[in-house]
Amino acid sequence: MKKFVAMLMAVLMVLSMAACGGSSAPAATEAPAAADAAPAATEAPAAEGAAPALKIGLTGPMTGPASAYGLAVRGGMEIAVAEINAKGGLQIEFKSEDDEADGSDKAVSAYNSLKDWGMQIMAGPVTTGSSLAIAAETVNDQIFMLTPSASATDVAMTGSNVFQMCFTDPNQGASAAELMKQKWADATIGVIYDSSDAYSAGIVDGFLTKASELGLNVAVDNAAFTADNKADLSTQVTQCKDAGCDLVFLPFYYTEAAQVLTYANTVGYAPTFFGCDGMDGILTVEGFDAKLAEGLVLMTPFDANATDDATVAFVEQFKANNGGLVPNQFAADGYDVIYALYNACVAAGVDGSTPAADVCAALQEQFASLSVDGLTGKGMTWDANGMISKAPAAMVVTDGVYVPVA
Amino acid sequence: MQILQYLINGISIGSVYAIIALGYTMVYGIAKMLNFAHGDIIMVGAYISFCVTSYLGLPAWVSVVAAVAVCTVLGIVIEGLAYKPLRGTPSLAVLITAIGVSYFLQNAAQLIWSSSPKNFTSVVTMKPISLAGGKIVVTGEVLLTVAACILVMVGLTLFTSKTRTGKAMRAVSEDRDAAQLMGINVNQTISTTFAIGSALAAVAGVLLCSTVPTLQPTTGSMPGIRAFTAAVFGGIGSIPGAMLGGILLGIIETFSKAYLSTQFSDAIVFSVLIVILLVKPAGLLGKQIQEKV
Repeated sequence: MKKFVAMLMAVLMVLSMAACGGSSAPAATEAPAAADAAPAATEAPAAEGAAPALKIGLTGPMTGPASAYGLAVRGGMEIAVAEINAKGGLQIEFKSEDDEADGSDKAVSAYNSLKDWGMQIMAGPVTTGSSLAIAAETVNDQIFMLTPSASATDVAMTGSNVFQMCFTDPNQGASAAELMKQKWADATIGVIYDSSDAYSAGIVDGFLTKASELGLNVAVDNAAFTADNKADLSTQVTQCKDAGCDLVFLPFYYTEAAQVLTYANTVGYAPTFFGCDGMDGILTVEGFDAKLAEGLVLMTPFDANATDDATVAFVEQFKANNGGLVPNQFAADGYDVIYALYNACVAAGVDGSTPAADVCAALQEQFASLSVDGLTGKGMTWDANGMISKAPAAMVVTDGVYVPVA
Repeated sequence: MQILQYLINGISIGSVYAIIALGYTMVYGIAKMLNFAHGDIIMVGAYISFCVTSYLGLPAWVSVVAAVAVCTVLGIVIEGLAYKPLRGTPSLAVLITAIGVSYFLQNAAQLIWSSSPKNFTSVVTMKPISLAGGKIVVTGEVLLTVAACILVMVGLTLFTSKTRTGKAMRAVSEDRDAAQLMGINVNQTISTTFAIGSALAAVAGVLLCSTVPTLQPTTGSMPGIRAFTAAVFGGIGSIPGAMLGGILLGIIETFSKAYLSTQFSDAIVFSVLIVILLVKPAGLLGKQIQEKV
């Protein structure tokens, strides 16, 4: 009998490990094929006598569970590259590699193959895990890195050549607190978050610090869940309901948020739900009743329904290139990354013939004073750590579409 | 008052664990193998139900029937292709194969339905019942899951004790060789067990996703492991034990989230499991079987 129990426990352990691996298990093996499928339009025409094209590389998940992010960023970047090359002047050659959002050897080998190709600037990676692995390499190689969407503080702090286009997690949390102070100063606030996820925990850190500074009334701040027990979030919602929270902060991804909204609706609990940029995408979940998201507030730097010319043109081009898919903020971040790099390169006078280390030094100097107007913000600047400063934008879901918070 | 709401939440998720655990325990009790792909059959069942209601626009009960049919066939096919050839080999070989089948199903689902999550529409249309002025809410899903759970448990108990096939299953469970000598077709009995276990998995998938609507290729793995824990907790091989273990596990989990710590709830649940197994190694309702030397 003892033997039996011992075996059972061993099996349990093996299985729980297998399950942990399961969520990030690489699904596809045809990674290179997907990367090769990038439209040839991004190849810059090598004009006679002109300077060689600047080589910008991207790594991101092009296959596997996180591929939605990688493909969106790549799609956004391709549009920017095509626009810039059509203008004449400095030409860009763009290449992407698949890292399957795997922070270990896959990310580094994707990076190495870009380096072999002659990459001068790293416009990625897309995810935080890969960025942490690659940022250290770029510091050694002195290659300038601007990530569109890796938001952990540690990424920017890796080296002086590493910059971010998205908010750092604690900064996003702090902006959320400021916005609540402005619009819902009297609200009783509940926070539900994923303590096993660096993104979610980072935002909550920044949020709670700022909230206590601003004197917000946070009634529930410990309703956390982890990757292993997120299958059932009813307890966390009930805790917020009991505490009488009329604003519930949900700084995690829309996958779990859909569950919170559904359960709250079932039990007739209707506070103001407030999400971060990870919430972007909730309306596109197949089978999700958009009515449940009515009144949901989310901080996202990009609104595909905005009516300014730049956004309209971008959305149209993206839809045309991607079979009608509406771009999300990752696509917009990718687009802005290419333009920020382009502006800095033009200002610094670097081109395809400049060695990567010189490009790196020149761009670091430029980014200290650079100000960029893009799809995800106006007058974006960077601090010495490489963290971005831009005005946070919040949207509220009204009749199934995003409307800027009044 | 709030304690009651937590209790209801606990029973809600616990009865989902229980119904999954019934499938685990059934297959373990009779075939003496841990079918770790059980959780993934649940996921397939939920996807089939989702496709039938969302893409074909058919009513919910049709989707449940379709899910049960597909999963039953899937269970028989998996058993025939992956487990039957390994009959008689060390149990570790079958175990590893089961883990392989689990990964195969997850990755196949990822290829067919992509990894982006889908929101499962509950098959229950009943309005939740509000008690104590809205302080306590009992959803239709809880009632349906508990009812289904009891029904399945009673049905399985009757089936194994009264019917010819059921008796054959118990005989195979007790002594495979002796059963074979008595003229019982062991292979067929085990295939039938898998068919029943997989049909239960389909029902469990629909109930799981009605309670927790997010549907992904990995949806079944974590509840599957918990349900396995529940089956061990209640005494693996015992049908009432699986139900008791599942519901207790759900309640312990919810209470430790509500009153101790949301982050350490797993640690607490599994500590309880270890303590129970130290005191009662065969689980709560498990039978202590003398090992034959």
